[in-house]
Amino acid sequence: MKAAAFDYIRARSLDEVCQALADGDGEARIIAGGQTLIPLMAMRMARPETLIDINDIGELSGIETGGDFVTIKACTRQADILASDTVRAALPVLSDALSHVGHTQTRNRGTVGGSLVNADPSAEIPLIARLLDADMTARSISGERTIPAAGFFDSAMMTTLEPEECLVEVRFPVWPANRTGHGFHESSIRDSDFALAAAAAQLTLDQSGNCARLHLAIGGATPAPWRLDAVEAALTGGDLSDEAIEAAIADIPDMVEPQSDVHADADYRRRVARVLAGRAICDARDRAKGDRA
Amino acid sequence: MSTHTVKLTVNGKSCEGEAEARMTLVDFLRDVLELTGTHIGCEHGVCGACSVILDGKPVRSCLIYAVMADGHEITTVEGLEGSDGSLSPLQDAFWENHAMQCGYCTPGMLIASHHLLQENPSPSEEEIREAIGGNLCRCTGYQQIVEAVQMAAEKMKGGAA
Repeated sequence: MKAAAFDYIRARSLDEVCQALADGDGEARIIAGGQTLIPLMAMRMARPETLIDINDIGELSGIETGGDFVTIKACTRQADILASDTVRAALPVLSDALSHVGHTQTRNRGTVGGSLVNADPSAEIPLIARLLDADMTARSISGERTIPAAGFFDSAMMTTLEPEECLVEVRFPVWPANRTGHGFHESSIRDSDFALAAAAAQLTLDQSGNCARLHLAIGGATPAPWRLDAVEAALTGGDLSDEAIEAAIADIPDMVEPQSDVHADADYRRRVARVLAGRAICDARDRAKGDRA
Repeated sequence: MSTHTVKLTVNGKSCEGEAEARMTLVDFLRDVLELTGTHIGCEHGVCGACSVILDGKPVRSCLIYAVMADGHEITTVEGLEGSDGSLSPLQDAFWENHAMQCGYCTPGMLIASHHLLQENPSPSEEEIREAIGGNLCRCTGYQQIVEAVQMAAEKMKGGAA
């Protein structure tokens, strides 16, 4: 399994990347970690004419905090984000999710931006971007634009990025830490395999212990990571009792549209999505109450 | 199709060779530099047999093109032995525990567990299993490999390293 021949450019600046993408006329692809693109090229499911290597561009790597946001540059390695105390403190749900992304060897190369633009329906980083309403910033020779997660993930393996655009960074909103908790649950055949389904929740309690704000997202059970607005609405304002959560998640199997494959059929994934969503909400509630680390 | 001169440091030595852009690092190591200790298994990032250490971190050398490694530092399984050619304590522990049958996964297992022991000299069994989680072995059932890493950790703590 060898890739088809291509031209290679090691870009030194973002401007150079944008120009090369424009010159490539839709046949040039960016390579960052390459942990998905290189296998696809080995199997000749991808045959770009030109690869633009962005690994040496300093301005595309790093984690920045400011105000109510954590901004992660597109070419930041998954391993570096997982090891970041800043991210663990501000975005613990992202840290939890990252421990499920691939293995040490792939996290050492794989990048946050690569996972976002790859948009695998079962991928954890897109799920968290959707959960927290992250904003993606992309640049081309025509300029820069910001795309909210709700408008970024189009369908399985498809984003709304244009072929000549380069993802520059992703900006995650940080919630006030007080009375906020998160939960992340995933089911896969083996540790670190692709998720059959995954669920992530983040919520904040008000002073009386009721749910002031809840976000809930499902991965692997829809063509793109999916926010369960109806469940969020049903539980916001309520007391988040086990019974209330059970009632609110009861219809999740009808809200998702998973695919069947050799590992799990669609009905199984529908049920798993419901169960994982319930566990994620319960963990988030217990953490917000301080009952769970 | 572009061809490139690739210069990198492998096991402490400067190396240079020509590579088409599409040549993976593992093919470059084996076919151009003739370092055949690193094995090619699946060629699409599933089995971990081709693991090498790139700038201090284990990666899969089938998931990086050689030209992308230009200017970087690589350690392969050949770089684990002592300067006199003796087995490292980890390699010796693999020998002692018969932590292999066919040997195909062994270079990758050695690289993954070598890096683990550098980062964490006293790993738990769970940490060992996590560290080799990206490396497939179809012979041993992993038990002897885990035992070998445990033995190596003990030996290295005793100053044998």
